[in-house]
Amino acid sequence: MTQLTLGKALGAGLRQAMRDDEKVVLLGEDIGKLGGVFRITDGLLDEFGAARVIDTPLAESGIVGTAVGLAFRGYRPVVEIQFDGFVYPAFDQIVSQVAKLHYRTQGRVKMPVTIRIPWAGGIGAAEHHSESPEAYFAHTAGLRVIAVSNPEDAYRSLRQAIASDDPVVFFEPKRLYHHKGEVDLDAPLADAPPMGLARVVRPGTDATVLTYGAMVGTALQAAEAAEDEGIALEVVDLRSLSPVDYDSVAASVRKTGRVVVAHEASREAGLAAEVIASVTERCFEYLESAPLRVTGHDVPYPPAKLEKYHLPDLDRILDAVDRVLDRPHSLTGADA
Amino acid sequence: MSPQTTPIADTAQDLELSERILAPDGSRMPNARLDAFVADVDAAQLRALHRDMVVLRRIDAEGVALQRQGQLGLWAPCQGQEAAQIGTARALDPQDYVFPSYRETGVIYARGAQPGDYVRMWRGEEGAAYDPAALRVAPLQIIIGAQTLHAVGYALGIRHENAPEVAVTYFGDGATSQGDVNEAMIFAASYQAPVVFVCQNNHWAISEPVTVQSQYPIAGRAPGFGIPSLRVDGNDVLACLAAMRWALEHARSGKGPAYIEAVTYRMGPHTTADDPTRYRDDAEWESWRDRDPIARLEAHLRASGDLTDEHVAETQAAADAVAKEMRAACLGMVTRPPLAVFDGVYAEPHTGLERQRDEYAAYLASFESEA
Repeated sequence: MTQLTLGKALGAGLRQAMRDDEKVVLLGEDIGKLGGVFRITDGLLDEFGAARVIDTPLAESGIVGTAVGLAFRGYRPVVEIQFDGFVYPAFDQIVSQVAKLHYRTQGRVKMPVTIRIPWAGGIGAAEHHSESPEAYFAHTAGLRVIAVSNPEDAYRSLRQAIASDDPVVFFEPKRLYHHKGEVDLDAPLADAPPMGLARVVRPGTDATVLTYGAMVGTALQAAEAAEDEGIALEVVDLRSLSPVDYDSVAASVRKTGRVVVAHEASREAGLAAEVIASVTERCFEYLESAPLRVTGHDVPYPPAKLEKYHLPDLDRILDAVDRVLDRPHSLTGADA
Repeated sequence: MSPQTTPIADTAQDLELSERILAPDGSRMPNARLDAFVADVDAAQLRALHRDMVVLRRIDAEGVALQRQGQLGLWAPCQGQEAAQIGTARALDPQDYVFPSYRETGVIYARGAQPGDYVRMWRGEEGAAYDPAALRVAPLQIIIGAQTLHAVGYALGIRHENAPEVAVTYFGDGATSQGDVNEAMIFAASYQAPVVFVCQNNHWAISEPVTVQSQYPIAGRAPGFGIPSLRVDGNDVLACLAAMRWALEHARSGKGPAYIEAVTYRMGPHTTADDPTRYRDDAEWESWRDRDPIARLEAHLRASGDLTDEHVAETQAAADAVAKEMRAACLGMVTRPPLAVFDGVYAEPHTGLERQRDEYAAYLASFESEA
């Protein structure tokens, strides 16, 4: 086991994937000499050369569209979108081309394209640098959507995403790039759990908090605080947003009977709505109360000085936990 | 191409400024730039090009007819563009790979499309019309200009492998307004990718005339990206063949991308859902009818005694036979069963979709238990 930051774990994952398969090529802005604005690709140009670590012109649709052509030729392109808010110019190539070509051709054309997106807020960034666009992609058939929350997951899931014959939109919480954790660099990929599986991060019996990405840490803080009040929260890291592992989710909900879904992305038509609808369909008779959402507001991502009012924190999660537990809660100060 | 800074609203002038080998009356004109590329083309090859164009026009007419008869949801006619499509596509080597738009019926014909391949997508049976690997043609692209980037990416792979292949992409004048086409040219030039851009300037993007897309000859833009270009008379099959041979040789020899603008005219509607009488005047249409690409080559071959009435009749009979096969293939198509709607979305199992498939299968099965 090695102590690595999430960012270094991603870099190690890319390096290993490139060593394992010479068809893996990287494309993105500033990924060569600079090693990417977050240094995720640091050192890869030196090891693999400019033909496999391709610094591109500053054109996101061009980057993804070129990756599509490389996939036609049998390559496994890994694209780095510099920031979440810059993926929109590439939206057409992702949802109309990458996602659909396998279906359109009855499987004759494979699109093993991995689209890495440094993602979400909490770092006081400039406008367009803190977006949570995951629902757009989870809504698109043909794509897989992964969101990682720790170095071990980052290392393994990224290699799985690259090895997958399906396209994967891969969200990396930039707030966690410098967070350290244990990574087993030598564990065989074949022995790892599939990247589509959710994981119980903290077991509990009173209510389930379903979340993903950097919010996993916030949910764990909430669970610790709740423990002081004698409440045992179960925290589940969804890890995959398409498909969502509803078998694992349902197992947790059947155990606790109460559900809070937390994410940074805004609420309307977001992942939490989908997850709660599916949980209700599958586990209605087990539910003791109506599931609740704790999300970003339905506003454009606010300026840095205001983002703390937008991002769900442990108090907002605990408030929702109180309500699903029919406890007195802060919003009304009264019983639910 | 010599730089031209005047607007190009006058389509007749537009054409006169293009490279050509055959004059509209079929007479052969000397062309210092292009002649060498078609010096080997003899009468038999010219007759083959003529036959290709006649067959293509017949396929196209059959497509329109099948749509009018309710057999196809839509058809995108290419009448008038036979020379641009056949001339360029016949210059390709078998291993080259094409990224076409939806109007490239002649290109897929030249790449060996089978009768059903022309209609399978338009009939709504499958998302793509043919096996891309078999034809070495990517699926017909409906999103305007998206395929140009795919060609550049493919060419990047070719260059990476030092393979003697070229990626080719076809698009229309309207597509040149798209960001993707401009991004494709930037990427192609930056990496010196072996890709050939073929713009068929057919003068109309649905109802928008080319002057809305460009106030400057389209081929004139390519040099600004560092890509050499040629502007050819797109109704002159010999000029299109020659220009494409130039472009392919350029790309294949490691000199990077090349660009061709074939100046032509879409004689029919944009698609069968379009009504060009609302935006196009008859005089313009008639002026282009006089430049018919098939009639031009026919006049040339007649003048040299290389085309007889017998030849023409044989060619027309062959075209009719192809159209008949296409119609039979279209009418004989069997729609896949309901659960096929789920097939091929993912290459690997996706639990969310599998659940939906199971639910729908159970729903369908409930009718069987009722009966």
